[in-house]
Amino acid sequence: MKFVKLLSLATIALVVVFLGPLGLSQSKAETKVGFVYVGPIGDHGWTYRHDQGRLAVQKALGGKVKTTYVESVKEGPDAERVIRQLASSGHKLIFTTSFGFMNPTIKAAKRFPRVKFEHATGYKQAANVGTYSGRFYEGRYIAGVIAGKLSKSNKIGYVASFPIPEVVRGINAFLLGARSVNPAMTISVVWVNTWYDPGKEGDAAKALIDQGADIITQHTDSPAPLQVAENRGVKGFGQASDMIHFAPKAQLSAIIDDWDNYYIERTKAVIDGTWKSQDVWQGLKDEMVKMAPYTNMPADVAALAKKTEEAIRNGSLHPFAGPIKNQSGKIVVKAGEVAEIGMLLGMNFYVDGVQGSLPK
Amino acid sequence: MDVIAITLTVITASTPLLLAATGELIAEKAGVLNLGVEGMMLIGAIAAFATAYTSGSALLGALAGALAGTMLASIFAILTLTFLANQVATGLALTIFGIGLSALIGASFVGIALEPIEKLEIIGLSQIPIVGQIFFKQDLLVYISILTIIASGYFLSRTRYGLILRAVGESHDSAHALGYSVLRVRYLAVLFGGFMCGLAGAYLSLAYTPLWAENMTAGRGWIAVALVVFGTWRASRIVLGAYLFGAITILQLHVQGWGIDIASQFMSMLPYIATIVVLVLISRDETKIRLNAPQSIGKVFTPTR
Repeated sequence: MKFVKLLSLATIALVVVFLGPLGLSQSKAETKVGFVYVGPIGDHGWTYRHDQGRLAVQKALGGKVKTTYVESVKEGPDAERVIRQLASSGHKLIFTTSFGFMNPTIKAAKRFPRVKFEHATGYKQAANVGTYSGRFYEGRYIAGVIAGKLSKSNKIGYVASFPIPEVVRGINAFLLGARSVNPAMTISVVWVNTWYDPGKEGDAAKALIDQGADIITQHTDSPAPLQVAENRGVKGFGQASDMIHFAPKAQLSAIIDDWDNYYIERTKAVIDGTWKSQDVWQGLKDEMVKMAPYTNMPADVAALAKKTEEAIRNGSLHPFAGPIKNQSGKIVVKAGEVAEIGMLLGMNFYVDGVQGSLPK
Repeated sequence: MDVIAITLTVITASTPLLLAATGELIAEKAGVLNLGVEGMMLIGAIAAFATAYTSGSALLGALAGALAGTMLASIFAILTLTFLANQVATGLALTIFGIGLSALIGASFVGIALEPIEKLEIIGLSQIPIVGQIFFKQDLLVYISILTIIASGYFLSRTRYGLILRAVGESHDSAHALGYSVLRVRYLAVLFGGFMCGLAGAYLSLAYTPLWAENMTAGRGWIAVALVVFGTWRASRIVLGAYLFGAITILQLHVQGWGIDIASQFMSMLPYIATIVVLVLISRDETKIRLNAPQSIGKVFTPTR
């Protein structure tokens, strides 16, 4: 049809007229940095915190950088297309912020050897691909200590996403923290098999509370479980970001992911030409993991939480210090030792005190 | 009491499904297959949340949600009924459009929490042990969901206008020949469907999880569409289906909490498996389908004269 042809020609003309200058006017001094997100920046959890990191880069380095992001990118072939698109459009550094972006990142990196890549939570590096992640289990241990002090039913309700080492490590760290102050503590885990479904996450929290849990914690991305805790009059913890607005009476603290410093530092390195591939796993000490203010608890518990936090930060306390028994009672970490990094990264067992069995 | 607690949670999980399925039932009975339920629910959810937050009134929020759903449905109606676009394709587009638009509108409402909608106690009756707590101490939208599905069932099977609507859905050409305005009936049915889906979305963002999060329906709209077929276009069976689905959804979480050793992935699949099994069983019984399925569903209507 003539009309359609005319319309498409007009569209192309418009695009050229309006977008053309944008490409040309881009100054040479700006370093373009790209971010690939798995969720929407409005999830108020994982992706939200990564985007806060991007904004921090923009703020700290001002006119020297130009940041771009692509949100809600599916893990898989689509991710590779997005990453390559960013790499071929002049981005010098690209952060890919989900475990499932690992292989697409490595593949794209081969095609664009001069572009630097940073992949979150993965384990494959290359000359131009670095990896980074947070030791969130340190925060979970502190949360466990608080729960152990405050729980009356000695039962914690844990809303979990997928049985991967990262999540299992969190559950174990939480229980070890709780048992360090109250050996009678147990954890009931409900797997919801999703990262993000506020309704289902909330339902899981309700079920756990109905079964007697008086502290709720979650390893999923929405604030729904915490909000349920608020409405049911029990306590809980925020996840990935400070969720106090959702639960002013229920949030005890929150484990906050803070990528700001890391993103600024790595962007600077690219600008200065000092960037090198590395594997980084930082916790409280390097402030990649932070704790939200300790609220809704007696002063002595808050003091204990702060003390625990400090001890982890200065290295005098390791959440996975022996003796640690698994569910069948076998000692997996001997007294006087701490879990080796391989065990931490590949954690595939529950420690003694977690109810039910770990899905295979 | 465990049983009461579980029942109460089951009701909250079933209500949004029932609301949306009621709307879809009426639209499908008029011969229009609107697959945009998910999109309409999301638009309803954000409109309800935004209004409730800015005005402070949950009731106003629910109304805004329903109207927003109706508005989105009107786009669908204009495209498929007036411009004769393919219903399946338009419905899918409507869902995708709704996801995007609601995220755009909702961007400034992320990270805000609302007080959950108030429970409406029916004085006196709510004091009855067990029964009172379950049946007479719910929020308004739960009562509305029950009342509308009963009213819809009555409307379809016992009233003259219901008969006209069904006639339009069965054979639009015959209904047209008899002098009924096929377009007007279908427009109204689609708009009612949008109204109910908007209300279902409002229930999610006001009562179920009183917050706004992108794509928070997480597939519930599709379940509602499936429930209509599951219930073979009969109001009573749709109620049954919605509550069965809600019950399985909640019970699988409890089973895990009790420490019963069944793979959680399997439990997550269970509600969907149940839907598929019932669909297969129903499809085997041809008379059931033939008796209740609207014959003109999804077909484009062009008046012969």
